Amino acid sequence: MGYEDYEIVMGLEVHSELKTNTKIFCDCKNEFGGEPNTHCCPICTGMPGTLPVLNGKVVEYAIKAGLATNCKINQFSKQDRKNYFYPDLPKAYQVSQFDLPLCYEGEVEIEVEGEIRKIGITRIHIEEDAGKLNHEIGGTLVDYNRCGIPLIEIVSEPDFRSPVEVGIYMEKLRTILLYADVSDCKMNEGSLRCDVNLSVRKKGEKTLGTRTEMKNINSFSFAVKAAEYEAKRQIKVLESGGTIIQETRRWDEAKGVTISMRTKEEAHDYRYFPEPDLMPIITTDEQILNWKASLPIMPDVRKANYINDYELGSKEASILVASRKIADFFEAGASCSKNPKAVANWIISEVYSRLNEDEKEQGPMPIKGEDLGNLVNLIEEGTISGKMAKTVFEKMWQTGKSPVTIVDEEGLKQNSDEDALRTIATDVLNSNAKIVADYLGGKEAAIQSLMGQMMKATKGKANPKMVIDLLKELLEAMR
Amino acid sequence: MLYQKSVSALQHMLQNKEVTSEEVTQSYLDRIEMVDKKVGAYITVASESALATARAVDEKRNKGEVLSPFAGIPIGIKDNMCTEGLRTTCASKMLDNFVPPFDATIINKIKENDMIILGKLNMDEFAMGSSTENSAYHVTKNPWDLEYVPGGSSGGSAAAVAAELAPFTLGSDTGGSIRQPAHYCGVVGMKPTYGRVSRYGLIAFASSLDQIGPLTRDVRDAALALNLICGHDRMDSSSAFMDTPDFTTYLDQDIKGMRIALPREFMGEGIAEDVKASILSAVKILEHMGAVVDEVHMEMTEYALPSYYLISSAEASSNLARFDGIKYGHQAGDYDTLVELYKQSRDEGFGAEVKRRIMLGTYALSSGYYDAYYKKAQQVRTLIKNQFDLLFAEYDLVLTPTGPTTAFKIGAKVNNPIEMYLNDICTVPINIAGLPAISLNSGFDRMGLPIGLQLIGKGFDEGTILKVAHAYEQARVLDKVRPEL
Repeated sequence: MGYEDYEIVMGLEVHSELKTNTKIFCDCKNEFGGEPNTHCCPICTGMPGTLPVLNGKVVEYAIKAGLATNCKINQFSKQDRKNYFYPDLPKAYQVSQFDLPLCYEGEVEIEVEGEIRKIGITRIHIEEDAGKLNHEIGGTLVDYNRCGIPLIEIVSEPDFRSPVEVGIYMEKLRTILLYADVSDCKMNEGSLRCDVNLSVRKKGEKTLGTRTEMKNINSFSFAVKAAEYEAKRQIKVLESGGTIIQETRRWDEAKGVTISMRTKEEAHDYRYFPEPDLMPIITTDEQILNWKASLPIMPDVRKANYINDYELGSKEASILVASRKIADFFEAGASCSKNPKAVANWIISEVYSRLNEDEKEQGPMPIKGEDLGNLVNLIEEGTISGKMAKTVFEKMWQTGKSPVTIVDEEGLKQNSDEDALRTIATDVLNSNAKIVADYLGGKEAAIQSLMGQMMKATKGKANPKMVIDLLKELLEAMR
Repeated sequence: MLYQKSVSALQHMLQNKEVTSEEVTQSYLDRIEMVDKKVGAYITVASESALATARAVDEKRNKGEVLSPFAGIPIGIKDNMCTEGLRTTCASKMLDNFVPPFDATIINKIKENDMIILGKLNMDEFAMGSSTENSAYHVTKNPWDLEYVPGGSSGGSAAAVAAELAPFTLGSDTGGSIRQPAHYCGVVGMKPTYGRVSRYGLIAFASSLDQIGPLTRDVRDAALALNLICGHDRMDSSSAFMDTPDFTTYLDQDIKGMRIALPREFMGEGIAEDVKASILSAVKILEHMGAVVDEVHMEMTEYALPSYYLISSAEASSNLARFDGIKYGHQAGDYDTLVELYKQSRDEGFGAEVKRRIMLGTYALSSGYYDAYYKKAQQVRTLIKNQFDLLFAEYDLVLTPTGPTTAFKIGAKVNNPIEMYLNDICTVPINIAGLPAISLNSGFDRMGLPIGLQLIGKGFDEGTILKVAHAYEQARVLDKVRPEL
């Protein structure tokens, strides 16, 4: 027996920070960073006597995330206390949700090697983030700035069968949350992190193996690597006759291994009970309808539309919908363009190469989608050449001006005057007798050289298709 | 003497400039200086800030500024309400050094009304207890007999009013902690409906039961105090969206035809004869004034006490977990690991009763026991609420003794927690149901110790309670008015 005789079963718990203006239970700003303990107040530092008041936006954003992942909504929901001692948790309990999460029974589709896989969403609940410990020589310091940042925890069904799927799912979830505009999903700021639950079993077995949990992984690639390592480790243990211990493990990126943190026996009894300081969360049909209506068209639907309406390939469509900003940009360009496919190609080849990863997702675009559509139209109409279009695009990118303005201002309009071009072509043929002789002698490639001379004579503005046709016509007449 | 005046009398005198706030405040500070050595009602006396505030209010009044009717009136605060810049201990070693960086909503109101905070009052540690013997500082004595307890947990608040160490005080009531000491000390103690008074800044014992309320000399002052402290607060999610009426409009009214229920279960076994007799004579007075009093049967009451101790301890075990020696309060000096720091700090900082409740509550919430204890207790809670609803479908008020006995001797029950818990048997069902209730003096027992009568009302119907309590207060005849100190 070996690795290939086993099936890996994984479930994910993804934590995502919501981008509300203020924290979940107080008026402190929801901002990343800042000097330690400057973004907190008596409430989020758990001073005795303080009370939480739920930020309504947190409910709205969490439910939007649920609607975007096809979840059902608990219109009567409540919050619960999860009790445990740790210095980053000032109240020694985290306000979370236990048995009545806001959202449940959803589903996310992922594409794995061309095949569609459905990943079940068990639940999405809201909770407060904890602070941060800074271990320094001589002691540990606590920074409470992050306390009370609103989080959603998205719990999946154990539907993953390979580590690759984990990476694809997380990318997909990230895209969905960005589309729903409820989270910044900045991995480097920890606003998206995940716990991976993993077990293995012999192929064909029905019962699940004992699982281990890897906590707080803050990168997609780490999640995939941790899952790969952990699956191999468990199989090795089983193959050598051992048993898997239910435990929490930590991914050590530097060493590339998972390390045991605590076993089930050492696990916390969180003593969940309904948070008596907060009232039940009741949402109306009207609220849910409004939130649903405010969501943009989701990437899966857009992708299907691009393939059907614009005849894009699946791969191109996937690239475009990966970011809502780019998808919106594409749609603006495609809707006013005679050749949407060309707009897509321009985005994939030219726009993408000019944007870094962050810029692909947020911030203003230097040009409007409509302008890219019009640039493509100028090529289609023969007003400018494809080569000239690259120059125009560069100018658009730098100045934000429309392609028509740039073509006018710079006099870049293509020369399509047949009589004028015929005169120039005749001159070129007369002054390049040797090249003409080569062509007529069978070296057809020599026509490129003549083409070059034409472009030089017209400062690159000659309509290339007309030039080729003209040259061929004149040369053939010389035979 | 000024310190003998009621709040309503002081308001009148201050508004008519017959007296200054400084004079009133000084009169109380002198009285505290003289008498509190014997009684021990206060943990912290804020003499300097009290006098400074009083002078500032007098200045405002002299300039002709329009002031709140409470401007210049002194008040004493139970030491579990956060006062910015003024030590707030919960009578615990754990918070011996805790100076809150913020004011409770109730303290904001007091300050906005230009009132004078005399100081912080003694209590059972974290409001857990019925005798104020669980204070980490000292035992407060019952002003009627210094060998007896004043009740608890708001023992300092009740003793201060009885001993005239404040015109009125604020207490908190989780299972009877305002009403039971009011009963033991012969003063008026009122627990408003859960949600009437903001809990923001009240250091929590049991969040779903805690409620702030006043301890006063008479029913009129209680109505005035409710006008001051009630109202919605956006900082407290359990705060009700209810308008606050002028509670004094319920006073001086005819109570003819009022229907009052007298549940047998609160007048049976375990209730002292003197208490029973006093309640029955109160019933006669009420009937004489035209009220209709019926003996009724009320099911489930025997389950109220165990349910209360499960729910309150469970919530307390979580509420008190934040006292871990990391951020504020007592921190152990000697530790090697994080767990040791927690254990040592909590072991040194908390007293025996607080530890007992934390253990009880932790157990009740533990995985495997939750359904049998916490969940079951919550179910009983619903049933008890239903019982009250049934009664209130037919009656305007429910009348009971406030406690089974009068005050007991200091030290008499410290080694018997169950017997101590039984003191709360008449008061906890009201917290369980979230209802308003008042305790006022209905006489004295053969030892000369006060007896309290409890009137329970419908949710948010404090007005009817005040109406009947005031009528009774006007009609009753007491052998003595104030303790000799």
